[in-house]
Amino acid sequence: MAFHSVVCIKQVPDTTQVRIDPETGSLVRKGIPSVINPFDLFAVEAALRLRDEHGGTVTALCMGPPQAEEALRKVLGYGVDRAVLVTDRAFAGADTLATTYTLAAAIRKIAGARNDQKAAGNEGGEAGPRDADGEPVDLVFCGKQSIDGDTGQVGPGLARRLGFSQLTYVCSLLQIDPEKRKLRAWRQREDGRELLEADLPVAVTITEACNRIRYASLPDLLAAADKKIDTWRADDLDAERGRLGLKGSPTRVNRIFAPPVRQRGETVGEPGMEPAAVAALLFDRLSERGMKPGVARA
Amino acid sequence: MPEDRPKISKNSPDDAARAGKDAAQDSSTAGGEVWVVVEQVAGEAAPVSWELMGEARALAEALGVRAAAVILGAGAPELARQAFSYGAAAAYTGSDPALEPFITDPHCQALVDLARAHQPQIILLGATTRGRDLASAAATELETGLTADCTHLEIDEAKGLLKQTRPAFGGNVMATIITPNHRPQIATVRPGVFPLPEAAAEAGGEIIESRPAITAAAAAVRQLQFLPNPGEESLMGAHVIVAGGRGMRSAHNFALLEKLATELGGTVAASRAAVDAGWISQRRQVGQTGQTVRPLLYIAVGISGAVQHLAGIQESDVIVAINSDPDAPIFDVADYGIVGDLFEIVPALIEEAHARLSGAAGSDAAGERQIGVEST
Amino acid sequence: MSAATSRYDAIVVGGGPAGLAAAYTLAKGGASVVCLERGDWSGSKNMMGGLIYSQPTGSVFPEFWREAPLERHVTRRDMWLATGDSAIKLSFETADFAVEPYNSFTVYRSSFDKWLSRQTAAAGALMIRETLVEDLLWDGGRIAGVRTGRPQGDLEADVVIIAEGVNTFLTEKAGLSPCPPRAANVALAVKEVLALPKERIEDRFDLDPGAGAAIEIIGETTGGLPGTGFIYTNRDTISVGVGVLLDSLVDNRAEAYNLLERFKQQSQVRRLIQGAAPREYSAHLIPEGGYSCMPRLYGDGVLVAGDAAGMVNAINSEGANLALLSGKMAAETVLACRERGDFSAAALGRYRLLLEDTVILKDLRKYDNATKFLSTHHHLFGLYPELMAALAREFLTVDQLSKAEKERLLLKLFRSQVPTRRLLKDFYQAWRALT
Ligand SMILES: Cc1cc2nc3c(=O)[nH]c(=O)nc-3n(C[C@H](O)[C@H](O)[C@H](O)COP(=O)(O)OP(=O)(O)OC[C@H]3O[C@@H](n4cnc5c(N)ncnc54)[C@H](O)[C@@H]3O)c2cc1C
Ligand SMILES: Cc1cc2nc3c(=O)[nH]c(=O)nc-3n(C[C@H](O)[C@H](O)[C@H](O)COP(=O)(O)OP(=O)(O)OC[C@H]3O[C@@H](n4cnc5c(N)ncnc54)[C@H](O)[C@@H]3O)c2cc1C
Ligand SMILES: Nc1ncnc2c1ncn2[C@@H]1O[C@H](COP(=O)(O)O)[C@@H](O)[C@H]1O
Repeated sequence: MAFHSVVCIKQVPDTTQVRIDPETGSLVRKGIPSVINPFDLFAVEAALRLRDEHGGTVTALCMGPPQAEEALRKVLGYGVDRAVLVTDRAFAGADTLATTYTLAAAIRKIAGARNDQKAAGNEGGEAGPRDADGEPVDLVFCGKQSIDGDTGQVGPGLARRLGFSQLTYVCSLLQIDPEKRKLRAWRQREDGRELLEADLPVAVTITEACNRIRYASLPDLLAAADKKIDTWRADDLDAERGRLGLKGSPTRVNRIFAPPVRQRGETVGEPGMEPAAVAALLFDRLSERGMKPGVARA
Repeated sequence: MPEDRPKISKNSPDDAARAGKDAAQDSSTAGGEVWVVVEQVAGEAAPVSWELMGEARALAEALGVRAAAVILGAGAPELARQAFSYGAAAAYTGSDPALEPFITDPHCQALVDLARAHQPQIILLGATTRGRDLASAAATELETGLTADCTHLEIDEAKGLLKQTRPAFGGNVMATIITPNHRPQIATVRPGVFPLPEAAAEAGGEIIESRPAITAAAAAVRQLQFLPNPGEESLMGAHVIVAGGRGMRSAHNFALLEKLATELGGTVAASRAAVDAGWISQRRQVGQTGQTVRPLLYIAVGISGAVQHLAGIQESDVIVAINSDPDAPIFDVADYGIVGDLFEIVPALIEEAHARLSGAAGSDAAGERQIGVEST
Repeated sequence: MSAATSRYDAIVVGGGPAGLAAAYTLAKGGASVVCLERGDWSGSKNMMGGLIYSQPTGSVFPEFWREAPLERHVTRRDMWLATGDSAIKLSFETADFAVEPYNSFTVYRSSFDKWLSRQTAAAGALMIRETLVEDLLWDGGRIAGVRTGRPQGDLEADVVIIAEGVNTFLTEKAGLSPCPPRAANVALAVKEVLALPKERIEDRFDLDPGAGAAIEIIGETTGGLPGTGFIYTNRDTISVGVGVLLDSLVDNRAEAYNLLERFKQQSQVRRLIQGAAPREYSAHLIPEGGYSCMPRLYGDGVLVAGDAAGMVNAINSEGANLALLSGKMAAETVLACRERGDFSAAALGRYRLLLEDTVILKDLRKYDNATKFLSTHHHLFGLYPELMAALAREFLTVDQLSKAEKERLLLKLFRSQVPTRRLLKDFYQAWRALT
């Protein structure tokens, strides 16, 4: 039995290069290369492996500016079957609530839902948010978090909005039972790992421990180049304007500022000093900071 | 409660709204409270919950309202008592078989019901794998703002808003976020950000019991098995981390780091180079494509300090670097740098730690931070 | 469709100016073409001083200046003869260069090549990145495709255009290279990009808003080694660098990086870059062997273009424009051959004829001896600038000596350093080699 997975990928600035301009206090983003959120590549790989094993389709979905098409083109090269970019000025400034609202609307459309009410209201007879290629979605994959927003909120938010089961921080996808429509996976927790079973449809977020993205084959890369990327705007979705982008975002950024910079600290010990003396010096320094070697384990 | 205080918006298509109305009937409390959702496993609370309780109390005082704990699942009376001792004036409890063990969906339903019924203005949760999940789900259901991983919380006295400060862009930027027009304002906070408050011996409070209305849909996810970390402490909550890089040269040499970590009551982690070399499990990787850690003490051994690695350790309280190359970039972020051969330095550190430990056991002055926590 | 079995009319190896011009022209001409680039992006592994010229660039990518990411149009070209603390400056500036389509621009290769590659993709060429071509596929004596480092990585085509740049690994594999690149034939260029606010650059270099300067410096800047230093103004950065023949670096046990540091310390240079913050550092090779070091340009099923074909005019530091033009001609040749379905060496030989008619071969022939001359005449870079500066300094210093006495003194100084016959010979040879 074949499954239809949607993988949500986000294009993010290479955060290792993002800085606050010390003079203007504003974010310096110009000239900073965009990359696919690294965790999302683990999600892509997870979806591809599932497809390679059971057959089906993988659709990549990205909300972002037009140039985010690059990210989608890249994952097409890994063998993703279909790519959808939702892009519109109306989406700008979205926080996670508005993002999940938009992505959920896109996923519904990908799943082939149609909204007759809105289509009827459409003057030009254009059948609103109806997707001819629509196909029910069994799984939504997300990265465990994005490296710019760093929230990990979009995956659970999507599960909620779509009414899917929620399975986050998955560190190992075990198996899927096509008959009973159940997925088993290990989930990473602070105190251990838990084996969970979830009914499909399910929204899964994937951690780095899950897999490594494949090295795309040349035929996949060549095929990717010919694929069309569907681009949808706000009007193509069954979505209320007021719930999109900044308007639909309950949170506001009040202020941004540079974090206190880590200063180069002190060099402990000198060349040629006995290691034991260096060690003693270090522990002295640490206890000056109020840190003492802890109570040893029993 | 001021008249113009924004109301919780209802998420129309959901049956939770209906459940919310039912729950509202047994509500007698004032609303506008500051809540902490207590995270617990089998009746034992995660320390972050009490760290947050202390903070919630301070925020509640600034707002002139009550701080309250939300205890869903087992162990309610005892946990409520603890919550009171850490500063809660009230505890909302809810018990249902579906709440044990923790699965997000039923907890979300229960929390959303309570929030609709009692209209808190702030809800705080630990930024843990569970807290983050529950917060996201509940905030979506309540259609309100959620700020993740806050490192500082403050009440804007003039507007009565919660100012939530958090790192973004891999820690290169700090942002203060507000939720001006939606309630509740929800935030998650990582463990260890706020100090554990002093527990008051005799403290009481009001217990508000409820019967969460949990739908069958909540059974869509089931826990089949749980494997506690086998001796290896998770990186996520670790207070001391000893991390090794390519300089370790072999898997075998990581035993050295294990030893040091054991002495300090910490755990071992690694750079990607060490993970890629197969010396240690990927679960121990720190950095941009690994985990972000926030220990009190991070000791980087034989790690050069590539930006991708630094992205994961920026928020450590104290960083110690041991590297033979004096120009290694790790020294630019290290509070204490030791230039030398790790195979000489680390054994010396193990001995010194051991010696100090046997001398100092049990004599820690109150209030002093310890490296490492007692593990049971 | 199974892409594995699909054949292409042409494969272009390398996504630099030469490869992109070839792929673009082929795609525009209706051929199916794949361009393979090993870097993340075209340009990601490239660096250049760098100037690109409007006419040749525009002849491949029409009206590129309207949209391409360009830094500044160059209105001033300087040539300095410098010692550690002095410089004789020759400056040419014209308003003609300040009007569309302009004469030349400073560019960042990373963003400029990326733009070219976008245009090429938009024209219909298939751009495949992060893919290393490891080998050529042969069908008897004919080149039939390439082998990449990817899984199922073989790709076939009627013709392969090699535009791999200065490291001529595949050109050699194709059996076209007459002289493997030796240290004597390549220069190593190291470059630093320094950030400085736009207005400060314009003030400092005395430029109209948006206009730029290119400065070439001979002398002390390279520590007396054969090579030049350069300064180019970008929008809000300055590129400074030095290029030195590799063998002289090796012979003199010099480190390119130290040369660059020394260059930046030169009094007049230092003033221009003062307070500018380092942004990035890069190094790249330039083939400077000239005409006699060029490989055979064609074979059965294969053509070579750009740096891979040794097409660099070292004297005027032009390479990108030759790369663009040669890539275009290679593509035009393939398009013509495609009509007749004949990709034999005999048919592809037309490429060489096309090139004969262009500035490329004419200039390369003309300057063929230049590099050899420069590499054997180190004193042109060390001694002569010193002498010239001494001369100027002495002449312009007003003191107790009469001008006649000064002349006598300088002549003596000159003679003591360079025998007259040598001087005459140098100038004659320089004239022959460089003009
Ligand atoms: C997209 C991307 C994501 C990445 N994500 C991560 C990530 O999440 N985490 C991560 O760590 N890296 C990540 N990397 C890799 C990162 O760029 C570095 O390659 C990696 O961190 C290097 O690991 P290292 O410091 O252990 O090794 P090296 O850089 O090789 O450093 C080894 C160090 O050990 C020192 N040393 C050697 N012998 C001794 C000795 N006897 N005594 C003392 N010191 C010694 C050396 O001086 C050197 O400084 C990522 C890279 C990319 C491109
Ligand atoms: C410091 C410096 C200053 C310069 N200044 C100027 C100037 O001002 N004006 C000017 O006109 N010229 C200048 N040049 C010269 C100019 O940069 C080159 O002549 C020009 O880039 C040549 O283009 P190309 O396409 O032949 O080669 P390249 O630009 O080198 O492109 C070759 C491409 O092929 C790729 N490649 C190589 N091998 C493989 C493989 N096996 N598989 C896949 N991909 C491969 C490479 O990654 C590269 O992207 C300068 C050069 C330098 C170094
Ligand atoms: N704009 C977006 N488009 C597509 N997917 C997204 C977007 N934002 C977030 N995601 C997905 O949600 C995950 C978690 O993101 P975040 O909640 O921002 O940390 C990411 O790893 C992506 O899989």
